[in-house]
Amino acid sequence: MKLSKTFDKSLWVFHVNSGSCNACDIEIVSTVTPRYDVERFGIELVGTPRHADVLLFTGPVIKKTKERVLRIYEQTPDPKVVMVIGNCAGTTGVYYDSYAIEGPIDTLLPDDAHLIYVTGCPVRPENIINGVKEAWLYLEKLRGDQV
Amino acid sequence: MNIESILEGWLLNVVFIFLISFIGIFLGLLYKGFDRKISAMMQSRIGPPIIQPFRDVRKLLTKETIVPENAIEWIFNGAPIIALIAPLVALMYLPIGPFSPLLEGYGDLILVLYLLAIPAIAMAVGGFSSSSPYATVGAQREVVLMMSYELPLAISAITVAWKMNEIVGPETNPFSLQVISSNPIWGHVGLIGGLGIALIVFTLFAVLPGELSKEPFGQAKAKTEIADGVFVEYTGRNLGLFYIANTVQMIVLASLIITLFFPYQLSNLLERWIILQGPILPIVEMGVWALLVDVVFYLFKLLLIIYFGVSLVRVAFARFQIDKASYFYWVPISIIGLLGLLFVVVGATV
Ligand code: SF4
Repeated sequence: MKLSKTFDKSLWVFHVNSGSCNACDIEIVSTVTPRYDVERFGIELVGTPRHADVLLFTGPVIKKTKERVLRIYEQTPDPKVVMVIGNCAGTTGVYYDSYAIEGPIDTLLPDDAHLIYVTGCPVRPENIINGVKEAWLYLEKLRGDQV
Repeated sequence: MNIESILEGWLLNVVFIFLISFIGIFLGLLYKGFDRKISAMMQSRIGPPIIQPFRDVRKLLTKETIVPENAIEWIFNGAPIIALIAPLVALMYLPIGPFSPLLEGYGDLILVLYLLAIPAIAMAVGGFSSSSPYATVGAQREVVLMMSYELPLAISAITVAWKMNEIVGPETNPFSLQVISSNPIWGHVGLIGGLGIALIVFTLFAVLPGELSKEPFGQAKAKTEIADGVFVEYTGRNLGLFYIANTVQMIVLASLIITLFFPYQLSNLLERWIILQGPILPIVEMGVWALLVDVVFYLFKLLLIIYFGVSLVRVAFARFQIDKASYFYWVPISIIGLLGLLFVVVGATV
């Protein structure tokens, strides 16, 4: 499968709360508001992982959501990118050593998953948009590999 | 007729079919881009570029296409194709700008109305076959909505045809789109009848978002309640086909409204104006330019109808609950449509 150049400019995003404190979710929503308006880059929030190109995970994976996170990852059609939103999703952050969590996302997803870390607690919307830029770089690399 | 000329005509038709399909898809995606840009601007956002829908479709065609394990595969894959073909076929029956329809004389308004119902059915069937409970809920909503807006749609069609019958007499088929578009209805109805026709136009505009599953009637693919409803399991190519089908459906509906109520051409007016200016301006043969002017005017009319019928409504209203949406079509809109019919009949008798 060869990726077209315009693939970058039409990323559809699915947002999964894998156990966050909800602050990062609100920051994600703020990126689609008139102030930041990611739709100008063709980014759209979709309602099902089946339509998504990018998965946004917020929060450390807790025991209840582990299965769902893996299932949602598998349900997403290829090629896909995972964005790990927030300190607690990347490193467990403020939930460090909690009995309820199954560890940060990168220890659970398959090895070939491409992860992009967006840091902050909560993340800033600008930082999320910067993460999208990194997703573009990754897709460019993917294109280079397959040409 | 010798075999060669038959073959030639046949070939030409095939070429035209492809051409019209291509134009329909192109216009659909283009106007979807306008729609998205305009609604973004109304929300004081910058919005995606006009060509965004082309990019989306291109991306969807390169994505992996997944068929769920429990889905009925042939129905699941067949539904998007049928959903796309139906509006494309409907486009063959509609006059596009100054060009008369390709399949002129083979079908009329009734056929187009049936063809317009097919994408909704295909969406529902695809949703049911995909085995997801979300899709099942979405498909049920789609069917409920379809049964609701069919009545006002039929009332509008019947009103126009009834009036046409009076205008052109019993020999001609009043449902024929060519007849309707060559006799603009407004000139024949008088004041009360004109009010009735205005109500009918309003009815059709109310049906427009329902037919297209756009807000406030997007219950079947409500993103935030039922995870994109009927499309929940659709990916890649299949989703892309549905995406295109929806945009072509938009063009077909807008063209239908143009054909029924606003079939005016600019070139006639322009020609008359030039003749009036006769001594000053040299008399020019319009020819190709007339066609061009009419095409541009048609595109402009499409834009206006999509703006008022889709973009504005979509931004201004939130989604109804499904029972409220059904009620909306069955009671207020049907009553408005029937009132319109009544006014047209009364206007014809007095
Ligand atoms: S990173 Fe901080 S703000 Fe964001 S979800 Fe985790 S704990 Fe909440």
